Amino acid sequence: MKLRTALLGATACLAMATAAFAERGSDGEMKLTFPQAVSIMNPYLSSGTKDVIAASMVLEGLAAIDDQGNLVTRAAAEIPTLANGGISADLTSITWKLLPDLKWSDGTPVTADDAIFTWQYCTHPEGGCAQATKYEGVASVEAVDPSTIKVTFTGPKPNPYTAFVGALAPLLQKKQFEACLGAAAPTCTDANNKPIGTGPFMVTGMTVNDTVSLAANPNYRDPAKPAFATAVIKGGGDAEGSARAVMETGEFDYAWNTQIPPDSQAAMAAVGKGQFVVAFGTLVERMEMNMTDPSPDLAEGERSTAKHPHPILSDIKVRTALSKAIDRQILVDVGYGAGGKPTCNVIPAPDAWASDNTGCIAQDMPGAMALLDEAGWKDTDGDGIRDKDGKKLSILYQTTVNPIRQDFQALIKGWWTELGVEVELKAIDPSVFFGGDAGSPDTFQKFYADVEMYANNSDNPDPETYLGQYQCKNAPSPENQWQGENMNRFCDPAYDAMVAELAKTTDVAKREEIAKKLNDMVTKDSMVVVPLVHRGTLSAHSNSLGGVLINAWDSELWNVADWFRVK
Amino acid sequence: MLTYTLRRLLLAIPTLLLISLVIFFMVDLAPGSPMSEIPLTVPPEVRLKMMAAMGADQPVVVRYILWLRQFFWVEPATLFDSWFGTGWAAGEQRILSWQTRSPVFSMIGERLPQTMTVIGTAYLVGILIALPIGIYSAYRQYSWFDQAGTAFAMIGFSVPTFFTGTLFIIIFAVWLGWFPTKYDTTLSVTDWDSFVKQLRQMALPVMTLGLANAAAISRYMRSSMLDNMGMDYVRTARAKGLPERTVVLKHVLRNSLIPVVTVIALGIPSIFGGAIITENLFGVNGIGAALILAIHASDLPTVQTLAFIFAVLIVLFNLIADILYGLLDPRIRYD
Repeated sequence: MKLRTALLGATACLAMATAAFAERGSDGEMKLTFPQAVSIMNPYLSSGTKDVIAASMVLEGLAAIDDQGNLVTRAAAEIPTLANGGISADLTSITWKLLPDLKWSDGTPVTADDAIFTWQYCTHPEGGCAQATKYEGVASVEAVDPSTIKVTFTGPKPNPYTAFVGALAPLLQKKQFEACLGAAAPTCTDANNKPIGTGPFMVTGMTVNDTVSLAANPNYRDPAKPAFATAVIKGGGDAEGSARAVMETGEFDYAWNTQIPPDSQAAMAAVGKGQFVVAFGTLVERMEMNMTDPSPDLAEGERSTAKHPHPILSDIKVRTALSKAIDRQILVDVGYGAGGKPTCNVIPAPDAWASDNTGCIAQDMPGAMALLDEAGWKDTDGDGIRDKDGKKLSILYQTTVNPIRQDFQALIKGWWTELGVEVELKAIDPSVFFGGDAGSPDTFQKFYADVEMYANNSDNPDPETYLGQYQCKNAPSPENQWQGENMNRFCDPAYDAMVAELAKTTDVAKREEIAKKLNDMVTKDSMVVVPLVHRGTLSAHSNSLGGVLINAWDSELWNVADWFRVK
Repeated sequence: MLTYTLRRLLLAIPTLLLISLVIFFMVDLAPGSPMSEIPLTVPPEVRLKMMAAMGADQPVVVRYILWLRQFFWVEPATLFDSWFGTGWAAGEQRILSWQTRSPVFSMIGERLPQTMTVIGTAYLVGILIALPIGIYSAYRQYSWFDQAGTAFAMIGFSVPTFFTGTLFIIIFAVWLGWFPTKYDTTLSVTDWDSFVKQLRQMALPVMTLGLANAAAISRYMRSSMLDNMGMDYVRTARAKGLPERTVVLKHVLRNSLIPVVTVIALGIPSIFGGAIITENLFGVNGIGAALILAIHASDLPTVQTLAFIFAVLIVLFNLIADILYGLLDPRIRYD
């Protein structure tokens, strides 16, 4: 502890010392590499993380979320709250004040009109805006005066920090994007690739799906920042190659998304040129249990629908037994190393929102066997597979093609076989599995299997929308062209009622409590969702790059203005 | 010869139309959807709107006809406009990528130079290595040199580029630190220093691809030389008392080159097509890397356009190879 404090103190001094002497552009060039190349610099037209975080160097919202999950100002002068009167008492509006004299990188002033335009841009019915949810429930955006923006909601909004907050909902310059509303949005190639922003950098050159060249924004609000004069983001290759370019050859300063096997992580870290940093958000690798019968004997349109409950997995004892047989720590060690930890929660973070549910972490083989016996599944014919009423305990387990997931499948199959469960494995191409094509039998929505494994996360520290996915009405079915998000077809009126309550609750402590209850209802109470691994995003930076504070709640590059060259 | 060429060119039109149809529908039938690229946090209604904005929800026949019009009218007209400042294609929708929302042809224009420099150099290096090896191996058949050449060709043939590439990275970049592992596409060659830098960053991809190319061509060269070595005219040349050098390099080599030239010509479309794996491995932003990115993202307009351009090049170079054959070998005439 003492050592840690001392180190922290030393780092702080170092940071302060650099800050005191630093001036804009004094540290030369910063080189970043992404395993997936940047396709477009406008986050409203792309939801890909690579594009969103690259754009976050250039475009900013009124506020951002820091590494602890707290709001920090960007274009706004202060964060509006109930206390300072920025949020109306009935929670139906929020009023933001822009920083005085704030300028776009082209030198023109930022005004409330830009915010109004941004809202119109993303909510245009033909625009296909990827971040439309950020502006959901917004009734109007008005300019009280040129530097004051009032956002009015259709009803009370307990979490009003969605519009214009974070890397997903930045401000666009009206002048630049005026001709790009609606259907014209994708045709504005130049604006989409070189947006004008208020961030620390501006785009100087872009080759699509390859390289973005950036230079320090001469009109950035802090005259001493950024420390780097130029930056370049090189994309392409794979996670291994990106990690190597930072950790072994030292060609790059920062690599995003270096998810590589634990043994490679250790070998590269041992070279000593850089370090891995990991941010834990809400991404959870989980196993979803199908509550409906996926049997191919059923007619198309009835398979995996609420009409036919699952013949095996409807029994909570079986679901619990399957979860108990899994050793989550081994899964982490094999698949993720420092980039993962075992979890039993759908909402594993932030701490205030996470339930204290750890019951699933220790593997309990005898307990699992006892549960199956209790449920009436016994091996009566001595073939090593349990059966009941002439039906074998046989499970089809599907996931996407991905080396880590195939390792997980093999391990879990081993444990389940030991339990006396027959397991058939299936791996589907991710572009099909996640493709949502209603004509394909292999999408994760159709769920023509007994259990499926994938990862999902909440894009906001407040998990209201995310937990709302498990409501009855969100079950994919032929009626909604298989487009729901409740893959399990979990349906509990008590759950739906509590989601409705969460939407009405404004007190943060109460909200956290409800969220924990909802989390427990789908996990430990019902075992419908079986969380396996809380996954972080692993990135790498060289030892000569200072100021990196990895962030799971906003863009990883959220504080790139403060990064500097360690000398 | 001229009528033959014209006839072949005319015949190419229906062939290419048929190919375009097959490519378009096959690519479209392939499983996968650009929706898979959208994170799960985006709700279904928003996804559907995004698809509609891209035009991805249109029926395949509509998209095919639109694409034909864009490929054969809008894109050439845009090119014409940019050269002569005319306004033929003003306001017309170009072929837009679903992934990047930018015109596919400007992406190709941006990437073609890299592909041609790197892959073209690798091809040239491959040929320059392969020809002498092939010639000498055949002349001294079963000598230690021939055996070594065979071993070299075996390795080049059978070891995939993703393996040799990674091996070269570990040896030359990580251990020795001679060359960079990532290709810097923003580098522009202006002076001696930047030229050296360009050579250094080209070294690894060119080595990787050159090895593979050289292996194939040296085998063709060797077997073609062997075929000719035993011919009567060679014996006659020797009997005339011609020096060995003249016999091998003038008589045998010239005749042996005919099939090899065809093979080399047929390989040229692959220069434009890029090398999917090698480009991706070294971060060369060429056509091959673009194709694999587009395939991963189910970016159908890009995949369809690139595949069709490859088809055009293959048809074209087949024709060129046939004509070259006629020019090189007076016994073959197409009249």
